[in-house]
Amino acid sequence: MTDVSHFITLLTILVLAIFVGFEVISKVPTTLHTPLMSATNAIHGIVIAGAIVVTAQLFGGAGNHGAVTVLAIVAVTLGAINVFGGFAVTERMLQMFRRKEAGK
Amino acid sequence: MIDFNTIVAPLLDLVAIACFIFGLHLLNAPPSARQGNRLAAVGMFIALAIVLVQTLGVGWWAIAIGTVIGGSIGVIAAVRVKMTAMPQMVALYNGAGGGAAALIGAVEFANFINTGGTAFNPVISVSLVLSMIIGAISFAGSIIAFLKLQELMTGRPITYPGQQVVNGLILLAIVGLGGWFIATGGQVPVVAFLGLFAAALILGVLFVLPIGGADMPVVISLLNSFTGLAVAITGFEIDSVLLIICGALVGASGTILTVDMSKAMNRSLTNVLFGAFGSGGGSEPAGGASGGPQNVRSVNADDVAVMLAYASKVMIVPGYGMAVAQAQHSVKALADQLEKRGVKVLYAIHPVAGRMPGHMNVLLAEANVPYEALLDLDEANAEFPTTDVALVIGANDVTNPAARNVKTSPIYGMPILDVDRAANVIVLKRSMRSGFAGIENPLYELPNTAMLFGDAKASVDALTAAVKEL
Repeated sequence: MTDVSHFITLLTILVLAIFVGFEVISKVPTTLHTPLMSATNAIHGIVIAGAIVVTAQLFGGAGNHGAVTVLAIVAVTLGAINVFGGFAVTERMLQMFRRKEAGK
Repeated sequence: MIDFNTIVAPLLDLVAIACFIFGLHLLNAPPSARQGNRLAAVGMFIALAIVLVQTLGVGWWAIAIGTVIGGSIGVIAAVRVKMTAMPQMVALYNGAGGGAAALIGAVEFANFINTGGTAFNPVISVSLVLSMIIGAISFAGSIIAFLKLQELMTGRPITYPGQQVVNGLILLAIVGLGGWFIATGGQVPVVAFLGLFAAALILGVLFVLPIGGADMPVVISLLNSFTGLAVAITGFEIDSVLLIICGALVGASGTILTVDMSKAMNRSLTNVLFGAFGSGGGSEPAGGASGGPQNVRSVNADDVAVMLAYASKVMIVPGYGMAVAQAQHSVKALADQLEKRGVKVLYAIHPVAGRMPGHMNVLLAEANVPYEALLDLDEANAEFPTTDVALVIGANDVTNPAARNVKTSPIYGMPILDVDRAANVIVLKRSMRSGFAGIENPLYELPNTAMLFGDAKASVDALTAAVKEL
């Protein structure tokens, strides 16, 4: 059953990634929690990769597209809003965090 | 023979993942945080370039349309959004991610029907159903959170009789339809699939409606972790290690922040989600007029200015009321005046001072307050006993000493800023109305407390002017 062992490999990766997430994130100071949230937000924008994959599958397949094409485009659009907006807004916030001497 | 799909792409994915994790690591201190965000963006660029190569440009125009439209919307919104509106902005981005995860499941199902495939294997049907449900809940819930925070709908909890029953029935429908889908490996009528999608959207709406505006820090964190979870499960659906790891990182982050926020409000997550607590967001605490008469001492700006100007350490305690009054820049101007006279000015920031975790820090950073001056709860509480003046601006419940010593108080046990331990406490407040929780604050009656009534911004400006003239 290679299917099962493949699933278990993915599950292992998931669990280890959760542990890494907890370790890394718990060291972020409260001052940066909003940028942290928008940065992680941008990272889950990776979902756009999934949207691209299913869109390509849709076009690669034989079936008719029609309304489903619209769904696929909307999925890519939403993913793009998430990923581009997330990184841009995080960058904008982080550039405001200054040291004392930095002046205006 | 080095194959792109089995060797090069996974290795580059690994590089992208390393960028994400190290990027998040760099977010652990303000000086390196910006680099961290950029490193994560580089990782994202690598990951997306690989996917585009792997899909060989099939359906390129649909992908291009979506990317251009979505990317423009995202970036334009990011550049234009006001810092006070950051919570609803993050809610929208988050909802977009959740919606994308849900739609991926729908497109996959449509592909399956179009190509007349046989049953999905169990891993795919379970992950398809779960990612779609969680993604749809996150999408709909984030939209409601956005509407509440943007004040396009009331920030008060919306409750109606039989709410739990309705939620229960919808949940039952989701479990039934989802179970059907999984049991048959996806061989269900399209109507059943659409019904499942709709039920998940409705549950997302109903789940956020009864939550008050002041509880939004918890809700936003939770929805963030939901989307992370949906993305991780989508990774199982399309067999992508990249999505699994990214989703897991975000899920962990959202969970940590959710727990932090609940702790800071001294309430269990269940109570936040199902308690319909707090009358709402915005500046009007509809919790009602204060109960009994309180004996308070009122002072004018000139008296306070003298006190501040001759202090050696001043602690500013900002609350959401300050942000609502747009007084951040005025506060910074006052701090500058005081620092010119050699007064040390620090800021005490409660975890739930804003509308999302860390929100107040961003608002003050925007007003050019250096981040070294922003103290968290523990750091601030260590400073109060040696503070000459604590200046409370638009904060109420988070300074209420009843949380420490009145066992019957509804907020008993909530971690608070111990402003009452400062030598003098000046509270800037519009009126004697109580905070969103409708709880009286005994701080105002203490002998070392004085009240400066008026609009927060006007009062701070008056203080700055008065300090200048000394």
